[in-house]
Amino acid sequence: MTDQTMTKHSDDSELELLSFRVGEQEYSVDIMSVREIRGWTRATPLPHSAGYMRGVINLRGAVLPIIDLACRLSIGVTETTERNVIIVVQIGETSVGLLVDAVSDILSIPLTELQPPPDMLSDASASFVRALTVVEGRMLRVLDLDAVHPQKEGTAA
Amino acid sequence: MSDPMAEIRASFFIECEELLEALQDGLAAMEGGDTDSETINVCFRAVHSIKGGAGAFGLESLVRFAHRYETVMDEVRAGKLSPDHDAMMLFFRAADVLSDIVRASRDGETVDESEVETTLSQLEALAGDPPEEDDEAEVSDFQPMSLAIDLDVSSDTDDLPALDEADAPGKTFVRFAPHAALFASGNEPQHLLRSVSALGAAEITCDESAIPSLKDLDPEAAHLSWTIALETDASETDIRDVFDFVDGICDLEINAASAPSAPPLLDLGDLPSTIDDGGEAAPFPEAATDEASTMDDAQDAQNGARRGRLTLSISEPAEPDAASGAMSQPPIEDTPDPEPSDAGEAAPTLPTAKSDAAAPVADTPPVAAVPTPSGAAGGQDAPAKPASAASQPKPTVRVDLERIDRLVNLVGELVINQAMLSQSVQEAGLPSNSPVSQGLEEFMQLTRDIQDSVMMIRAQPVKPLFQRMSRIVREASVAVGKRVRLVTEGEGTEVDKTVIERLADPLTHMIRNAVDHGLESREKRVEAGKSEEGKVTLTAAHRSGRVVLEISDDGGGINRPKVREIAESKGLIAEGLTLSDSEIDNLLFLPGFSTASQVSDLSGRGVGMDVVRSAIQGLGGRINIASEPGSGTTFSISLPLTLAVLDGMVVKAAGETLVVPLGAIVETLSLQDTEIRSVGNGGNVLHIRDSFVPLLDLGTELGYREAPTSYDGSVVLLITQEDGTRAALVVDSIEEQRQVVIKGLQESYGHVPGIAAATILGDGQIALILDPVDLMSNIAGRGRASAPPLELAG
Amino acid sequence: MGLQILAVDDSRTIRDMLKLALLQAGFEPRLAEDGMHGLEVLERMVPDAIITDINMPRMDGFGFIEAVRGQERHRATPILVLTTESAPELKARARAAGATGWIVKPFDPEKLVKALRTVAGPGAA
Repeated sequence: MTDQTMTKHSDDSELELLSFRVGEQEYSVDIMSVREIRGWTRATPLPHSAGYMRGVINLRGAVLPIIDLACRLSIGVTETTERNVIIVVQIGETSVGLLVDAVSDILSIPLTELQPPPDMLSDASASFVRALTVVEGRMLRVLDLDAVHPQKEGTAA
Repeated sequence: MSDPMAEIRASFFIECEELLEALQDGLAAMEGGDTDSETINVCFRAVHSIKGGAGAFGLESLVRFAHRYETVMDEVRAGKLSPDHDAMMLFFRAADVLSDIVRASRDGETVDESEVETTLSQLEALAGDPPEEDDEAEVSDFQPMSLAIDLDVSSDTDDLPALDEADAPGKTFVRFAPHAALFASGNEPQHLLRSVSALGAAEITCDESAIPSLKDLDPEAAHLSWTIALETDASETDIRDVFDFVDGICDLEINAASAPSAPPLLDLGDLPSTIDDGGEAAPFPEAATDEASTMDDAQDAQNGARRGRLTLSISEPAEPDAASGAMSQPPIEDTPDPEPSDAGEAAPTLPTAKSDAAAPVADTPPVAAVPTPSGAAGGQDAPAKPASAASQPKPTVRVDLERIDRLVNLVGELVINQAMLSQSVQEAGLPSNSPVSQGLEEFMQLTRDIQDSVMMIRAQPVKPLFQRMSRIVREASVAVGKRVRLVTEGEGTEVDKTVIERLADPLTHMIRNAVDHGLESREKRVEAGKSEEGKVTLTAAHRSGRVVLEISDDGGGINRPKVREIAESKGLIAEGLTLSDSEIDNLLFLPGFSTASQVSDLSGRGVGMDVVRSAIQGLGGRINIASEPGSGTTFSISLPLTLAVLDGMVVKAAGETLVVPLGAIVETLSLQDTEIRSVGNGGNVLHIRDSFVPLLDLGTELGYREAPTSYDGSVVLLITQEDGTRAALVVDSIEEQRQVVIKGLQESYGHVPGIAAATILGDGQIALILDPVDLMSNIAGRGRASAPPLELAG
Repeated sequence: MGLQILAVDDSRTIRDMLKLALLQAGFEPRLAEDGMHGLEVLERMVPDAIITDINMPRMDGFGFIEAVRGQERHRATPILVLTTESAPELKARARAAGATGWIVKPFDPEKLVKALRTVAGPGAA
């Protein structure tokens, strides 16, 4: 699962990342998969859904499922305020909203500076991280979106 | 850009469906006694067109079957075969097989070869004659017109002496002399010569010697011939191919490495028998070029202007009106004076060997007369242009379904936006007579009209569906040995495309049931004083904003004592229950019920009416049953016109807004705790009018909250399923009744238990649309393990 | 500007294929669904050549050719008949009806173009 997305950029030497904050940790996603960023609106809860599934919101007429990333990464449940942000990402054929605390930055990271996650990453989020890098002394995790949102979550659940 | 051939291929299969539909219609009309030749023609053309398109895509099995079928239809068309009942049944079956092959070809699947072969040999047997490969369909349509008599005398080129050693070997000499019929057919020597010269390096010489003097000139007759000296690698066959269209209406000689010298054979039947200085009865002038030069100036100038090497430059195509023989000469190379002819000598095959160059020789007189060119051209006597037919088919546009769905979605947006706007206006406290409110009112009306119109785009007539059912009836009746007639009404009724597609399976099952179980055997029918032939009626109609389909038979009706017995023996109901007729009839919908004591191979396929019912409910529909002993059974299906909008009741449960389909709600009540009885295991029932209905808290069932301790003051929606199973759903409050636009959850998320879809309300929030059947079945699944099953009302 | 060709066929598939082949060859196709329709189109144009099917509703190919030949301005217009079979007598029949030539269905676009060039010339391309 390491770098099938990275090979897309093989002709570039850098990966552009959107970084954001979840709890106290900093994560990022490949900017190519980001569709838009929007403010938090209340989601309509879906019955009998997984705990991290916050529900669905109306994105210009489309039904957009929202994943509470903190909950998904076992950091805790996000207490939503107006300052929370939804990052709309494209995963395969579907769009999903990721509920995060705040968007931080857009970064260009040389591919050479990305490292695969160590086998024994301490926290439970390990399986959702496909690469690590260090930016200004802080650790930045690059999310594996396919792991965050398996296709057809509902039917599988 | 996508592959245009792939698009045409896809379009071909759509056309096939239309043609198959026309074929079905035509056959049905023929079966009903319609002997109009156009009816038969329509059937013939449908098969013929399928064959034509199939050939284009190399669909050989389809071509083969269609060809045989077409051959038989042609016999009918030509009056050689008048089909009896059995033949008509064969035609229907052949149409079924044809549509199987069409679909198999489309989907890259295989068909039942044995059925194809059987039908093929039956068709062959019917046609009587073994099918000829070249059997042609157009025979009977054809009205022959007078045709130029073949004057071809030049095929035997071996007899031609080699004339000219000066010409380099390797050259092929082609002599080409058109008949008048060639011009009448619309062929143009100039283009033919050009096509020949495209095969290599050509030198073309024209023999004008046959042109009579102007005053004797028949402009419709042919007076010219050409010799082409061709340096080419092309074979004689290649050269002959160029002249394929004019085979028989010209003289053509092809002679490798020698200049053919056969005389031009001219269509001179109408020429005067004397020509100025050409001697008596001699159509060929001594020196035709001289004669030509005596023509009027314009003609002379034209000829002069056209002299030049064909291989270098070619003049503009001649005006079509000038395309008669004498008027459309191609440019010609230095034409030597033709050899004086032995006038009057009737020696068509003997060339005069006296010519001194590779020049054509004007020699032989015509061997036979040629009909007047005007006659051959169908000229002045041709019928006047027929008046435009009044029965033009309605023009239609084919549109990609995706585009329509996009439009449907956009209109959905419009509806939602408009609802949001209304809400804002209301919240702003504007009086209802304010211009804004009134304008909004009109806007709402417009929106509703647009929505209806857009929904109509997706609507399609149920006819193709009904035609599929007529096939089911035919097959089913053969399988059980009954004679059955299907009567359809309301084929033009339009329903949403998706609804139609999803109706096919349940309808098929019900039709099979009607033939298999509904209708009595022949003997029993006769005993009961009915006609031997059973009747199944399939109707469709619009009724108060819904589509109602009815499937009825004129059979014996539901055998209620037997149904009851079966239900009891299978443990589906408790013994000794008091049941109304309609309640007994509804037992048919219970899972695991099958009335046939001997399971026939037809409808006993493990699919029961319960599956039919859930399919109908999945479409937001209801199904009802009515039966009269001795006279038959009717199933009525009521469906929404579209799957895109839904009439719903907007409710609140545990603080969440939900939409309950209006069709599922029987009544609404306000709840007192005194009406609730506990049945253990935390389950409650509502005591309502001497019956008990399971009470469900919607918020709890959806996992939104813990079960409340008191329901006092809550609102209850009494929900019913088609089998009469009821449930009482507790909600906090009822907000409003309104139409909502359905947004699928399946694509973006997947299936949610108890939820059918989502919608967007006026405040922009998403509300979930409840699926009461799914909700209740989930609960029933849980309930069966813990609580005793609740009996039917009573 | 390529040759203007009127193609008459009641099958949408064949019309589409003719149109595609004609466009790819640089011709200007006009289409009609049957003989009647073809005559209506001919009121507004003088094509360089006509291609017509035989079996059609309302007015078949033979009727159409006859009617076309009966009009002074179209009497010399080349007409190619689309036929599914290629027996010699068929060709004779097609010609007798006033056709200039024939194309055997399923047609090969290359042969179609060649046939058109043979009867209608190269155009002013």
